[in-house]
Amino acid sequence: MSHEPNSPIERGALSPCWSCKGPVIQRALFCSTCAAVQGPGVVDHFTRLGMPRSFDVDMVTLDHNYFDLQRRLHPDRFSGRTARERALSQSQAVAVNDAYETLKDPLKRAAYMLSLEGRKVDIHGTATIDDPELLMEAMEMREALAEAETRAAIDKVAARAEAQVLTCQCALSTAFGHRDLDRAGALTTRLKYLGKLAEEARARKSRLIRPVA
Amino acid sequence: MMFDIYEPGESPLPHQSDRGAAVGIDLGTTNSVVAVSTGDKPEVLRDEDGEGLVPSVAYYAEDGAVVVGAKARRALLDHPDRVVASVKRLMGRGVGDVKALAGTLPFTLDQAAEGGMVRLRVGERVLTPVEVSADILRAIKARAEAALGKPVDRAVITVPAYFDDGARAATKDAARLAGIEVLRLVNEPTAAAMAYGLDNAAEGLYAVYDLGGGTFDISLLRMEKGVFQVRATGGDAALGGDDFDHAIAEHFLAERRIRLGEETITSAEAKQALAAARVAKECLTSRSSGEWFIEVDGKPTRHSLDRDTFEALIAPMVDRTVALVQGVLDDAEALPEDVKGVVLVGGSTRVPLVRRRVAEAFGREPLANINPDEVVAVGAALQAEALTAGSDTLLLDVTPLSLGIETMGGIVEKVIPRNQPIPVALGQEFTTYQDGQSAMMMHVVQGEREMADQCRSLARFVLSGIPAMAAGAARIRVTFAVDADGLLTVSAREQTTGVEQEVSVKPSYGLTEDEMASMLRDSMAHAREDMTLRVLTESRVEARRSVLAVGSALKVDHDLLSPEERRAIDAAIAAVEAACQGTDREAIQAAVDGLEDATKDFAERRMDRGIRSALSGVSVDTLGDKLGS
Repeated sequence: MSHEPNSPIERGALSPCWSCKGPVIQRALFCSTCAAVQGPGVVDHFTRLGMPRSFDVDMVTLDHNYFDLQRRLHPDRFSGRTARERALSQSQAVAVNDAYETLKDPLKRAAYMLSLEGRKVDIHGTATIDDPELLMEAMEMREALAEAETRAAIDKVAARAEAQVLTCQCALSTAFGHRDLDRAGALTTRLKYLGKLAEEARARKSRLIRPVA
Repeated sequence: MMFDIYEPGESPLPHQSDRGAAVGIDLGTTNSVVAVSTGDKPEVLRDEDGEGLVPSVAYYAEDGAVVVGAKARRALLDHPDRVVASVKRLMGRGVGDVKALAGTLPFTLDQAAEGGMVRLRVGERVLTPVEVSADILRAIKARAEAALGKPVDRAVITVPAYFDDGARAATKDAARLAGIEVLRLVNEPTAAAMAYGLDNAAEGLYAVYDLGGGTFDISLLRMEKGVFQVRATGGDAALGGDDFDHAIAEHFLAERRIRLGEETITSAEAKQALAAARVAKECLTSRSSGEWFIEVDGKPTRHSLDRDTFEALIAPMVDRTVALVQGVLDDAEALPEDVKGVVLVGGSTRVPLVRRRVAEAFGREPLANINPDEVVAVGAALQAEALTAGSDTLLLDVTPLSLGIETMGGIVEKVIPRNQPIPVALGQEFTTYQDGQSAMMMHVVQGEREMADQCRSLARFVLSGIPAMAAGAARIRVTFAVDADGLLTVSAREQTTGVEQEVSVKPSYGLTEDEMASMLRDSMAHAREDMTLRVLTESRVEARRSVLAVGSALKVDHDLLSPEERRAIDAAIAAVEAACQGTDREAIQAAVDGLEDATKDFAERRMDRGIRSALSGVSVDTLGDKLGS
């Protein structure tokens, strides 16, 4: 993973290492002179995990970078070190976990990208749906799920819900690609409700008794 | 002077040789196991008879002696009032909690205790569950020391994934009382997965179904090249094989009451029935039916039980575990068919109905090539080795339960949801609800329910000194931080004025620092020495860190110093090293301060040089290379 800054380093980009007091580039994880772990600093989640700032996140790369960072920064690596190093490792691991949790989930990722542009989408609250089309769709699917009795029927509803989620994610990718933030905002709300439906369908599916292979 | 420079994470830990051994301990409800791993294969430490299990039972004899293990369990029949078993079920619990469990626990509670931690009446003593656990840990420590032939002072201790903050803190307190430094609390299913995964080079999504004597845990983990990533975990901290015993015992007692025409059950009858039930449960694992006897006061009754009846008795409990399995699959957004293997842990997974229902839930037979009693301790030993000698494996665990704050009307506002990878820190903003309100009560709770009184209360504290403002104007940011042991720290800060308060959550039902100190005094003359030694060790580690850092700097920038300045720094380094040989903590600190003074100008020159060369662009590439890429 590469953290090389694009522009020449300005004065502010160097700060003294807490341990050897020499110069360290601010985003460095370890001091280049004495190898002491540094604080997490303030960077966006994409930069922290070495990912391009895009809605299309390659999960394999994301996991790879996440594990790589945790291998070096997790508090388990600093057992028996000084209290300062343990505390820094903990704040680094916290920051990496926060970034990973946000980027790995499409809904959280979309809301985060919007927040980076100064827009707010409530993905946790239970704000009412003001999109009549979405409302109809949601009601219809809930009904279908409630009526599904057989394994095949539940599978069908679940597959439909998953497909809708995927379609919505594709549309989000396009919206972010065109920097159409209004549309991205609406799609994020849509994804929140579709995601809930897909979750319910999956829950029904996993409760079926299955033959032992 | 020569200095060795190590890559981050590779530097040797200080003075490994003069420390005792580090072991893994599975501190179970029914049995405990201790294991060690030192390079070759991990190994369970056994007694002279080859027995690896230590019954988690303590017998407090009249002469003051404390006996732990199989002997204590045998004393249960003769001196039931002097023997404590299943104490793990009380860890971190308050008197109120235990009243709810009344009748299911083989304890006599001390009635004097109202509020605060549960206390047990054992013979003439009154003991907290923490003290009993400490006695069990001392016995385990002694077994390990006998087997290894050297002192054992550090351990990874496993706890049920579903243990709340109070129970975790209580476990750590018990270890401290027993003179054991806890390297890490690791969740039992995670430890089991580590032992299984490393042994079998497992890759993919695995489920660990852990049904012990008193607790049930279910975890889903992704395993990949030395990484153990917990995706979701769930369970019930009060559901286990003990409940199977109780169900059978109640069945026997109901029969006995009818046959003898008795109205009430004596406690002697209850104890006998429980003992018979335990035997019946074990027999019905391999046989389809059998007969058992209860004889009290010369009145014998005969009870036959077949496997179908047994299974009908325990079915509601097994069903509950299956429901929890499904909840965890939902949390992980996984389907049963995504799971590549199911690892069974805990003695209660030997019950055939449990195996059958687990197989049905996942659509595959669970893996049976591991010893469900020992796998957790083996995993703990591997982690203890990883933490002391270093290793490439990485455990990424999660919060088992949501953590929140009680708000107006008793509703819980979640600050950290369950299944977040730890360590984690998350904040939430709250405000005042009255004009001029100068203080705010913070009630920290843990659990999934919406109302605070249905969740576990962890701590209460007051954020005071809020300046007078209109209702809703204050902005109070509450931050919850959970460390790698799963323990919580809460801080609150009023954003407009910066008034701040931090509490490391001492659970409502935990021991106070004073109680802890007096127990340490009472129970162990060495405790204070141990503490001093630990502080001294920490000072040495810090001092050596400073010396290493200055050494690295000298290697790179030695040309910034005149020979005279260099001599002064070398002398300051030698002073730190000399101080580290001694045992005077303040002398070490003074030497470190001296080194800091001696290198002040040097540090400034190094910063100047760094900034100059950065501006001229000369060393951008070299610096970039060292960014940890």
